[in-house]
Amino acid sequence: MQKLLQLNHQETKKAAMALDDRQLTHLQRLEAESIQIMREVVATSTNPVMLYSVGKDSACMLHLAKKAFYPSPPPFPLLHVDTTWKFQAMYALRDKAAADAGMQLLVHHNPEAVEKGINPFDHGSLHTDMWKTDGLKQALSAYGFDAAFGGARRDEEKSRAKERVFSFRSANHRWDPKSQRPELWSQYNARKAKGESIRVFPLSNWTELDIWQYIQLEKIEIVPLYFAAPRPVVERDGMLIMVDDDRFPLRDGETPEMKSIRFRTLGCYPLTGAVESEAATLSEVIQEMLLTTTSERQGRAIDHDSAASMEKKKQEGYF
Amino acid sequence: MSEQSHEYKVDALIAEDIDAYLSKHQHKTMLRFITCGSVDDGKSTLIGRLLYDSKMIFEDQLASLTKDSKAVGTQGQEIDFALLVDGLAAEREQGITIDVAYRFFATDKRKFIVADTPGHEQYTRNMVTGASTADLAVILIDARQGVLTQTRRHSYIVNMLGIPNVVLAVNKMDLVGSSEERFDEIVAEYRAFADQIGIKEFTAIPISGLRGDNIVDRSVAMDWYKGPTLMAHLETVPLSDRGAANRPFRMPVQWVNRPNLDFRGFSGTITSGTVHPGDGVRVLPSGKTSTVKSIVTYNGDLDSGVAGQAVTITLNDEIDCSRGNVLSVADNPPEVADQFETTLIWMDESEMLPGRPYILQIGTQSVTATITEPKYEVNVNTTEQLAARTLKLNAIGVCNISTDRPIVFESYDDDRTMGGFILIDRMTNATVAAGLVHFALRRSQNIHWQAVDIDRNAHALQKGQKAKVVWFTGLSGSGKSTIANLVEKKLHSMGRHSFLLDGDNVRHGLNRDLGFTDADRVENIRRVGEVARLMTDAGLIVMTAFISPFKAERQMVRDLMEEGEFVEVFVNTSLETAESRDVKGLYKKARAGDLKNFTGIDSPYEKPEKAEITVNTDEMTAEEAAEMIVDRLLAM
Repeated sequence: MQKLLQLNHQETKKAAMALDDRQLTHLQRLEAESIQIMREVVATSTNPVMLYSVGKDSACMLHLAKKAFYPSPPPFPLLHVDTTWKFQAMYALRDKAAADAGMQLLVHHNPEAVEKGINPFDHGSLHTDMWKTDGLKQALSAYGFDAAFGGARRDEEKSRAKERVFSFRSANHRWDPKSQRPELWSQYNARKAKGESIRVFPLSNWTELDIWQYIQLEKIEIVPLYFAAPRPVVERDGMLIMVDDDRFPLRDGETPEMKSIRFRTLGCYPLTGAVESEAATLSEVIQEMLLTTTSERQGRAIDHDSAASMEKKKQEGYF
Repeated sequence: MSEQSHEYKVDALIAEDIDAYLSKHQHKTMLRFITCGSVDDGKSTLIGRLLYDSKMIFEDQLASLTKDSKAVGTQGQEIDFALLVDGLAAEREQGITIDVAYRFFATDKRKFIVADTPGHEQYTRNMVTGASTADLAVILIDARQGVLTQTRRHSYIVNMLGIPNVVLAVNKMDLVGSSEERFDEIVAEYRAFADQIGIKEFTAIPISGLRGDNIVDRSVAMDWYKGPTLMAHLETVPLSDRGAANRPFRMPVQWVNRPNLDFRGFSGTITSGTVHPGDGVRVLPSGKTSTVKSIVTYNGDLDSGVAGQAVTITLNDEIDCSRGNVLSVADNPPEVADQFETTLIWMDESEMLPGRPYILQIGTQSVTATITEPKYEVNVNTTEQLAARTLKLNAIGVCNISTDRPIVFESYDDDRTMGGFILIDRMTNATVAAGLVHFALRRSQNIHWQAVDIDRNAHALQKGQKAKVVWFTGLSGSGKSTIANLVEKKLHSMGRHSFLLDGDNVRHGLNRDLGFTDADRVENIRRVGEVARLMTDAGLIVMTAFISPFKAERQMVRDLMEEGEFVEVFVNTSLETAESRDVKGLYKKARAGDLKNFTGIDSPYEKPEKAEITVNTDEMTAEEAAEMIVDRLLAM
């Protein structure tokens, strides 16, 4: 560990020397922008929180928060709006990452969804609506958070490409895409009336490749599921689904097979498609990503419903 | 038609040696640019084409694009690239761009962020949002149409915001027979306008977004064009940081970092210059000095910090410094002032109101500011300077601004971060304008406050009372003047020193020059507020009876007074009752359309939410109301 720090320090020195050329690289510019955004939120809101979903984008965002406030720990808690259906490996890293950062971890389960036993097998889109959309709104209201960081990027999806960095929400958490506040330079208007809140996206201008490259350069720990390994899967509706625990109801004729797979994006395990892959290192993962011909959200069932499905979900309060 | 296939080659290095590719990619620079121009000039199509040709569109996206193109596209059976960027449902339905969309792509030379900005005038504020962070602007022109109003508007804004590189992309060349003469004609027309507004240089490229000509691949049909393709130009245009690195060190303080009693650091992003441990620095506006102890980052302390970096700086002395202050090199600090000449772009549906206080945010500073009447508004189509009393949505004008306390700034020409500001409405919290600081007005340093020996306390003490402003607000005909008059009579008989400022009376003299537009109403109340304040300085109990329909102005007057001195009395009457009284016959005239901007009829009344005293004249007589007010006043 000591050696690692030493190495890191040398790299920084090298980076600082390169800076005398007075040209920041694109990653350095993105990092500085994200840090500025996070500090602005902390300085202008009364009760901020960071939405933490344990994916690679969350991992980057958490790392940037550590950098933004160092030597202080990030002055806000992490909030995981859980569905109880995430991969086991995600729960393990979630608890560790929060502890490492010295931050409080809040986990919210929608009590109504718990009571009704909402699950992705029987309840279709109700699963996302209740656990995630309703759950998020409940948690934000219950704790009275007036600003919430999310790890969404503009390159992910068309309606996200249109969203401001500081995205304003009404008291009932609605987004109005037609009347967004103008957002100039690095000047953010964080003012809001009581009950209203702001979702803030510090990674707005990062791309998937930027995230991967940053993870590699900064040696950020991510869930091992992003790397290929032999795992038990079944093929269902054209997607490879990993059988992560014994709640998975196998259909007639389905037997889990061991395949070398990995995930490009992580969510609820029964809804997340795996790709067959041999990429076991970061370099190999990035190489595969660059050579692939499908977008990363293709593995998620949520976006396929209709062209405007994400915009509609976001208006209703989904992150 | 293009010489090569449409696919921009994937870097062969990715497959052969990924680590070498990544190391190369890591050191790429980034160019942020916008596409702008008139509606239907093909902005979205061009971006779709850039993404497609640089292979940033995946198979699944292409499949859904092909499907959508057939359903709602405007290109028949062809792929409609505009659908890639028009992401909002309303945009796809109407086939227009409403809000700015950000797209990302990279070539083996550079990484790009492109903002596709809307052409419609009503969405200008969204165009300004995209343009504010751009290093380069691609201004599109439809070769059939030539230079249009929106081309001029966008060029004006691009130049005003100081975007250093301009590309004139003459699009749809395939529809004018790829004619060199037509291209030259448009370039000449544009150059004439560019000269007029001060764009010194631009690069003109003939293209066809739909067919991909001169985007990535050279056009065969336009072999007369010898310049670079659009992509080649974007990849090689020199990046300018507007000289930030060579200017003196500045860092607006965002946040004070205090993890424990032994560490106190100032976190912020360096806007210009370089800083080293040991450098002498000055905190502004206080002017206190110290030296830099360390430049702290998560990856270790730095030997130097440069423009663009987000750092935390510790100092060798315990001096006062907090959010909103600016750290600067000691011997070359920025200016501090409270009055400025500025250019404003108005971005709200409700027009600018001279005299109304707005929140001004610049760097990390946030102050209250008032705007004077515009010196002039700019007609961006002709660059003509027009006389104006206010600025409406999307109008650009030059105005003076004064702030309630001095702010630290640079001229916008030198520094976007310390010279660019936004104005925020205090009631709705909407961002209503963007502004650029030109320079400070020396006036602010030349008018000093005259200190007087007999101060306001002495005046009030002599009269044996506490000075107050009793501010009656309510609809016309609610009974404000009647009640205020009764209150004054009662106070007078009790030996109190008072004065009644009546709305109608003031309009005969002091405010004779004002009408009843929103802007004039604001100025009316501002003057009355100032007069009332002078009277409280003299120790008087001042009664005012004005409709004063806007919350913001009542708040403005409240802010002028000392804590507890302002007593808002809401004379609450239903519109029906007030209208049925109609003492002056004004409601009748307003209903007949003979009287414009009448409160309650065609101009709004914003009810007070936290009035100190509310009387309801539907339920009590004027005498009862006056008695109640006097009782409450004497108890305060």
